[in-house]
Amino acid sequence: MSYNGSAMVAMVGKNCVAIAADQRLGAQLMTVSTDFQKIFPATAKSYIGLAGLATDVQTLSEKFRFKINMYKLREEREIEPRTLSHMVSSTLYERRFGPYFVEPVIAGLDKNNQPFVCAMDLIGCVDIARDFVVAGTASDSLFGMCESLWEPDLEPEDLFETISQALLNAVDRDCLSGWGAVVHVITPERVITRNLKARMD
Amino acid sequence: MDSFVNRFRGTTELWANEANMFDDFGPYDAVKEFSQPPVEFLKECTDEKSDSECRIKFEHGTTTLAFKFQGGIIVATDSRASAGSYIASQTVKKVIEINPYLLGTMAGGAADCQFWERELGRRCRNKERISVAAASKLLANMVYPYKGMGLSMGTMVTGWDKTGPNLFYVDSDGSRFKGDMFSVGSGSTFAYGVLDSGLDYELSTNDAIELSRRSIYHATYRDAASGGYVRIYHVKEQGWEFIGLFDVGNLHWEYNGL
Repeated sequence: MSYNGSAMVAMVGKNCVAIAADQRLGAQLMTVSTDFQKIFPATAKSYIGLAGLATDVQTLSEKFRFKINMYKLREEREIEPRTLSHMVSSTLYERRFGPYFVEPVIAGLDKNNQPFVCAMDLIGCVDIARDFVVAGTASDSLFGMCESLWEPDLEPEDLFETISQALLNAVDRDCLSGWGAVVHVITPERVITRNLKARMD
Repeated sequence: MDSFVNRFRGTTELWANEANMFDDFGPYDAVKEFSQPPVEFLKECTDEKSDSECRIKFEHGTTTLAFKFQGGIIVATDSRASAGSYIASQTVKKVIEINPYLLGTMAGGAADCQFWERELGRRCRNKERISVAAASKLLANMVYPYKGMGLSMGTMVTGWDKTGPNLFYVDSDGSRFKGDMFSVGSGSTFAYGVLDSGLDYELSTNDAIELSRRSIYHATYRDAASGGYVRIYHVKEQGWEFIGLFDVGNLHWEYNGL
């Protein structure tokens, strides 16, 4: 879980959700890449973030892309974030005794534009939260930042500021994550994606 | 089942006796000369191979460097202290000012370096200034009896004495080397890369300072356990001079033209 390093967080706002992650890919203490994708679009209004072992992040992102497309073809509609979380959970539990080393985070708006965020452990135990979820090597510091910064009913721009500050300050206390960050704020109308300028050490 | 176990019970006793035999080995035991705290149990907490969750050790990752050039010696360090993957501080002073003519650098255990180099400073109090060779040997000999007991330090002792600028590498394994250029710590390999490509004895003082700053910056970029600020010293004939502190957070954008 700490071989490559990662920091991931998702937050609920007023009729919006946000998901953010760092961009580092390392081999233990050596930073190998600083533009590694860890958050993947699932539908127009939901994203999956995968924190953990990079090889499993890429394997699973492709597996989920396949499953999400198959769902769309069979059902002729987009998958709901809550359904998506159960799909991810059971995919992980299939490997109960030889798990993928990832902690997924899911954020999205459902068909009524109600916010949904959840996190999972590596074998698929779902944790649905009404405020925020965190994952990765910086999760301890992220919990601390979120507990102090988050408040209910944040508007999209305020939610962006809150999640960005939480992430940037958390990775500054973690050796293995940071080196740039990406934030997605999902609103009923559109998704706002921004790259954050971070400390590069 | 018990009878099966009993057949092997003698084996353990045999080993116990063998351990006692070693206790009586020879009339002189160097280790017994020092007052020995019961440190065995501490190995569990400090050994690098053991579980990282129960590590006492502070400051594992570091980048420090020092090199000779025509204007004396440049010493530069990062300023991060980590405990496992947690960043405990970004503002650590890893250059220890032993006296106005001697500098020591800090890599490995922060407490070990700090204590032993302070102790070295105490032992260097003398009417006549001590040579860097003597001071570094004093340090090496001081820590050698503790070999294998968990001390962890990789240090460079630099200064200017009668013979001119001098640079020594001393570590807790007992190594002591004289040299023209050293880099120590988890980021040292990255620093060496930049240093090797840019080092020239005839470098001007400003260029030498800039080279050291760039070397530390590149090490902090690639090495997760190094970061914070670049701290630079210049050792001259009149003693050392503090050059400055540079935030790595700004250096990256400076070097990448933003």
